[in-house]
Formats: sequence, structure tokens, C-alpha cells
Amino acid sequence: MKHIVKILSLLVAISAFWIGLLQAAIVPRSYTWLLPIYFVVSLGCYDLLMVGIGLMQFPTCPQEAVLLQQDIAEAKDFFKHKGVDVGSD
Amino acid sequence: MSEPIGEVKTTKEARVIDRNETKGEEGKHKYSIIVPTYNERLNIALIVYLIFKHLRDVDFEIIVVDDGSPDGTQEIVKQLQHLYGEDRILLRARAKKLGLGTAYIHGLKHATGDFVVIMDADLSHHPKYLPSFIKKQLETNASIVTGTRYVKGGGVHGWNLMRKLTSRGANVLAQTLLWPGVSDLTGSFRLYKKSVLEDVISSCVSKGYVFQMEMIVRATRKGYHIEEVPITFVDRVFGTSKLGGSEIVEYLKGLVYLLLTT
Repeated sequence: MKHIVKILSLLVAISAFWIGLLQAAIVPRSYTWLLPIYFVVSLGCYDLLMVGIGLMQFPTCPQEAVLLQQDIAEAKDFFKHKGVDVGSD
Repeated sequence: MSEPIGEVKTTKEARVIDRNETKGEEGKHKYSIIVPTYNERLNIALIVYLIFKHLRDVDFEIIVVDDGSPDGTQEIVKQLQHLYGEDRILLRARAKKLGLGTAYIHGLKHATGDFVVIMDADLSHHPKYLPSFIKKQLETNASIVTGTRYVKGGGVHGWNLMRKLTSRGANVLAQTLLWPGVSDLTGSFRLYKKSVLEDVISSCVSKGYVFQMEMIVRATRKGYHIEEVPITFVDRVFGTSKLGGSEIVEYLKGLVYLLLTT
């Protein structure tokens, strides 16, 4: 099934649960009304947290730039000996 | 956006393709490496050298799809053909810049391998990772092996903090909305089984990097087995091109499109 249908079904299920909670009044209604807001805010916070963690752990590879320059020099040298004119960047 | 061309395979057919291709002969694989180029006179020679260096015992061909570069890219490719052989380097040029997706389709038509690798020509994708792609595919019989820059062992060089932030934010947003099953959605260093690439590409209609996202998301939806290998990405063009507001808008539009249509 399409992804959007999956997401909408999930939202419908959550909404049904929420309405059920409202009607059953196990939890005081004043809290239950705010649950959707809590849900959206937590999701937003979770996503922001993932962005922050990802940013801190962002893998960098400065040594790769050096290795690349070495590879480029090696390749240019090879082509010079084979008579292929690669010119310059 | 225009209609997708060709037939779209169902998830069940995708699983059949996955299974059938385990029956292929071990060790008799050929890899067609498609490299779209535009003004990559120097880089294409470097890439060809590095591919030959790192794929010594592998049967492969390099398909250069050049979009009428004015800088002499095609002349260099012809010289490389004299050096390495016209059966190893295929020049399949086009008259003018026609876009990445169509470049892959064009290259695919001339591919004689049973696997297809797509990679960028600007040396941000290093051919030294090709053996790890091949190894991963042989170990797992995956339909697609995609390079990821965002896991341990991978990485990016040449991005400032702002660029990393947008990349990370875009990735988290895409993960939340699309559940794509891969860590690097916009990466374009990938190995496909040829039949899988033909199937997926026929149902994609986006342009630019959204096209890369669409390919991997559609492949996930169709149930293809996708594996990842870490790659490093050295961005040498970032300084010259900025990630502006219009690109962010394009990205968001692409996300919504993928959310609704995949």
C-alpha cells in the first residue's frame, strides 16, 4: 500500500485511541485534550535532538582530501608518461 | 511532472527478481559503470585511471555519457579509449545537457553488464570504494548497494557547519516523513542489479537530487533488498555553489511529492 496510506492509518488509529481515552475518562479530560499537542511537540523535540546528535557526530574525513590529492598526482604522472594530455584543472 | 514511462513492477515481482538472480553463476559478473559528464576534462581521466587501479580482477566497462561538453571532455575520452581499449571505455555522448535521469537511461541502453554502478564524475565519489560495493553485493545478494556518507567509516570533507546542518536537518525530515530504510537519501554512488535499475528508473520522474531520493524510496517501496556501505565524499565544488533558499524549497516540494506518491 502507498506510504501515505500507511501514515494516515497510523494517524487514524492514534486518533481513535485518543477519542476512546476522552470518552472513557480514565485519565482526566483536561489532560486528554492536550495529548495531541504533547505528541506533536515530542515528535518535534525528538527530531531536533536527532539533528543535534547527528550534527555533533557528523563524520568528517580531512585525511581523504590529502589522499585524493595524492591519487590525482599519481594519475597525472601516469598520463604524462603515456602521452595523454590531461591539461590542468 | 510528466507520466512515468514503461511498466512498473509490483512488489511481488521485485522479490522474484531478487530470488532468481541468486541462481546466476558466481564470479561471472560484469559491472557497467555509468559516469555522466559535463565539462569534466581532467576529472574523467582521473576517474578512469582510479577505476582501473582499484578494479584489477573485475570484468567491467565504463560508459561515459557526455552532454556535449565544450571543454574537450570527449577528446580526452577518445584518447583514453586508445589507451585502455574501446571495449572497456564506451563513449555514448549526447548533443546537449539533458539531465541526469535521462543520462542514466541512455547509459543503461548501452550497458552489457549484469550490474550497473552510477557515480559522479567530479571525484567526490572515489573509485576505491567500488570493491566494497561489489563485495557487499556478493555477500548479501542485495539488489541495490548504496553508498552512505553519514555512518561511521564514511564521512564528508569540505562542508562548513551550515551545510552540515542543512544536510542533517534534511535527512531527519526525510526519515520522519518517508521511512526510507537508508541513511543517505541523496547520495548518488550506487550499485544496482541491471534489471532492478531498469525497473526503478522507469517509474521515476523527478529531476536533480530529488531524482536520487525518488529512486531509492521507490526501490524500498517495491521491496528490493538494499544494503549500504560507508563512503567518503570530498566536496571540491561546494565553495563555488551555495545551497540557497530555492534549493530548500525544491527539496521540500520533492519530499511532499514522494510522501504522496510512493
